[in-house]
Amino acid sequence: MSRISPMTPVERVNSDSPVDAVTSDDLARTRPADLHTRLDSHLTGAARAWLDQALDEAGTHPGTHGPISVWELRLAEAGRRCGAEHADAARVLILHAARADAAALTRVYQQGTAAERRAVLHALPHLVPGPDALPLVEDALRTNDTRLVAAAVGPYAARHLDPHQWRHAVLKCLFTGVPVAAVADLDRRAHADAELARMLGDYAAERTAAGRPVPADLHRVLTLTDPTATPPAPATAPGPRGTDGEES
Amino acid sequence: MRIFDPHIHMTSRTTDDYEAMHAAGVRAVVEPSFWLGQPRTSPASFLDYFDALLGWEPFRAAQYGIAHHCTLALNPKEANDPRCVPVLDELPRYLVKDQVVAVGEIGYDSMTPAEDTALAAQLQLAADHALPALVHTPHRDKLVGLRRTLDVVRESALPPEHVLLDHLNETTVKEAKDSGGWLGFSVYPDTKMDEERMVAILKRYGSEKVLVNSAADWGRSDPLKTRRVGDAMLANGFTEDDVDLVLWRNPVAFYGISGRLALDTEGTPATGATHEGNSILRGGE
Repeated sequence: MSRISPMTPVERVNSDSPVDAVTSDDLARTRPADLHTRLDSHLTGAARAWLDQALDEAGTHPGTHGPISVWELRLAEAGRRCGAEHADAARVLILHAARADAAALTRVYQQGTAAERRAVLHALPHLVPGPDALPLVEDALRTNDTRLVAAAVGPYAARHLDPHQWRHAVLKCLFTGVPVAAVADLDRRAHADAELARMLGDYAAERTAAGRPVPADLHRVLTLTDPTATPPAPATAPGPRGTDGEES
Repeated sequence: MRIFDPHIHMTSRTTDDYEAMHAAGVRAVVEPSFWLGQPRTSPASFLDYFDALLGWEPFRAAQYGIAHHCTLALNPKEANDPRCVPVLDELPRYLVKDQVVAVGEIGYDSMTPAEDTALAAQLQLAADHALPALVHTPHRDKLVGLRRTLDVVRESALPPEHVLLDHLNETTVKEAKDSGGWLGFSVYPDTKMDEERMVAILKRYGSEKVLVNSAADWGRSDPLKTRRVGDAMLANGFTEDDVDLVLWRNPVAFYGISGRLALDTEGTPATGATHEGNSILRGGE
């Protein structure tokens, strides 16, 4: 096994696209029924049977397992039942089947591992129509866990984050190396945003003054803020994540 | 040399340590919950700590190409503080989490009635959750402590082969081995075991069910002691396969009892991090 040369965490998260059967972007943007079909095609027989039962239980809420409900137990064990690479999708489906509302999602998030919290963030656009769950997005954006930050800037944040917080979320992505392709509705929200353009310009100047390269993603977002550019069409599913940020 | 450190407190270590550990061959760690040096005063600070072991710390480890799992428990020392004991009621909702591969560290510190109660209760929790148990043997009055520990294990619902008896040494290894449990040795710069004594124990008692850890924490300790033991084994005539058994396959077998270890076949982590745009392993190996 060859030695891996030391790299900063920022470099590490700017790599090629994930190999998940269902990518993180898809989790928040794909209809749960379609997500289920796609996940099923990747699961082994035992995992598929487990998931089917977990979804049934989530739909019928059959009692408790010690201090937690059965469907919350299924949520916790999704990784070891379906495999780590399929756990996010399985958890989103369980949350959807349980019809978890903002209160339930808040409880699950607050009592969850980082992986469970990520799934809650992906599930928000499917389950919470209003801004009630915004504190969860704000919590995730305060962390330095890039997996949580990436999950926080999905369609729910695009819909509900106020301009100040949204700009800071974009800047945080640039700071922590989360590819801005993870930011839902980036084209629409960045368009003609003069304050975002100023913040990006100041950040680029700070990098340059320090003799450090400016992330390619920064230029990409800066271009989107141009008020003379053609306004973008409404958001569609973006391409694969992680192909842009090349800060080194 | 691929290394699994089955007992290390990474919360107390720096990213330099993670980098050096990876360079030395460490690809997986288990972090047992323990005493933080400063006594806790409420269950809430345990919960924040447990959350960190299931959130931030595995993320940090993944940044350096190391798979991170944990064991959770009320530690022996704080089992004596009635302000902390109610955390036992919170443990069940944590013990179902994917990255929890054992109940631990449990066991004895001063061998008090409160420690008896906490040890028995948590061995039962391990049995209830189909988890093995990481049992710390006391620093003071160690042999008596080991015997009392084995008595409580025998009275518990947990089979002895689901118990890792840790911090063993020359005076306790024989009785621990006879119990049928797994045998843990912590190698420290000054106290506990050292590399040469570890090699001598391996020669005398064999490497079956033996695990070696650094138990590195906030005290004088060294997260590379696992590698030093591997090097000392090779220098003393053990084969690469012997080293792999002690430093990789034995910890994988013990914590694998949980059914929750997420490792790939090359000894690199197969955690979500490698699939969430953090592809250090795919890029570097």
